[in-house]
Amino acid sequence: MKTRDLAYVALFAAIIAVLGTLPAINVGPVPITAQTLGVMLAGSVLGARRGFLAVLLFLVLVAVGLPLLASGAGGLAPFAGASAGYLYSWPLAAFVVGWLTERSWDRYDVLRGTLFNVVGGIVVIYAIGVPVLKAVTGLAWGPAFWTGAAVFVPGDLFKAVVAAAIADVVRRSYPVIDRPRRTAGSR
Amino acid sequence: MTLALYVPRASVVHRLPAGAKLLALAVLAVALFVLPTLTAAGAALLGTLAVGLLVARLPVAVLARQARAVRWWLLALLVVHALTTDPRTGAHVALRLLTLVLAAAVVTATTRVSEMVAVVEWLSAPLRLVGVRPARVGLAITMALRFIPVLIERADRIREAQAARGGSPRGVRALRTTIAPLLVQVLQMAHDVSEALDARGADDVPPPRRRRRSPAVEVPR
Repeated sequence: MKTRDLAYVALFAAIIAVLGTLPAINVGPVPITAQTLGVMLAGSVLGARRGFLAVLLFLVLVAVGLPLLASGAGGLAPFAGASAGYLYSWPLAAFVVGWLTERSWDRYDVLRGTLFNVVGGIVVIYAIGVPVLKAVTGLAWGPAFWTGAAVFVPGDLFKAVVAAAIADVVRRSYPVIDRPRRTAGSR
Repeated sequence: MTLALYVPRASVVHRLPAGAKLLALAVLAVALFVLPTLTAAGAALLGTLAVGLLVARLPVAVLARQARAVRWWLLALLVVHALTTDPRTGAHVALRLLTLVLAAAVVTATTRVSEMVAVVEWLSAPLRLVGVRPARVGLAITMALRFIPVLIERADRIREAQAARGGSPRGVRALRTTIAPLLVQVLQMAHDVSEALDARGADDVPPPRRRRRSPAVEVPR
């Protein structure tokens, strides 16, 4: 990996950390934070591989003992808690968002971007977060779904649109993802 | 760095190698799920508190802060289990969760960030096989830690500039006029940093081992 890619990865890890300093909205047990916005942005600006690594690096920073999660949580405790599954799902979420974004890089717009963010940044996160929540807490599927997914849908939809709008501007002024490779001979 | 959750003390727990503490934490986590009884979870909680407060002499506030972070979960667990299964199961699951969170907090508070980073580098050594260089992992961590204050400062500067001009744009306009340009700015900064690092030899790959030549044979050109 080039030093440039490494710097982008480090930058987005830092961006996710800074988004955690924005005030979180408390709705029940898990707060709504701006950090998943950073996860979506990492995927849609950097692409699959670097987006994945950026989020992974952020989680490493949290794990080694920096209070970078929203509300100042940090260290190893969040990885053992009930919402640990959401953290584990983040790198994969960035990867999926990035993969989808890369595939239609030439036709990217806010609408497509929002759709990609919903698939990667919402569906993937809930698909991992809710079962882990259920396993750790022993809740039934119903309550686990309501406390672990349903309350976040409005906020997450909003973040999906915002991330796509930002990514669209960045794509036009400072594209980081390379154009998809054409087959030999077409260029 | 004041950012860290590390609490300096002269204790046995602090002096233990970071790897050993992480291993103990992993063993505890497995044990709590293998022995699912209320007594086991209770004993583990008492043990964790004894190690954290008496042996490592951490302030109560450090552990209380982590416990506060999961208080709604604990409450929800007790209530939901009392309603759907039985209160005993609820107490057990809540106790287990609290114990794991506190044990993790003890490890974090007694281990320096630099020691943890060293463990991360050590753990990433096997990834050499798939082409990951542990030193690059360390470099990425260092860069991210440096970027965090830079980002906060840049965002503050933009906020102040807007306040000086009489208020900041809101909603969709803010995205176009501030957030996206800020992102472009810092992407450019990251790019410049990487070029500066490369100019100083950060991208130097250790040369493949060559056949050793005797200096006597080497002919100066």
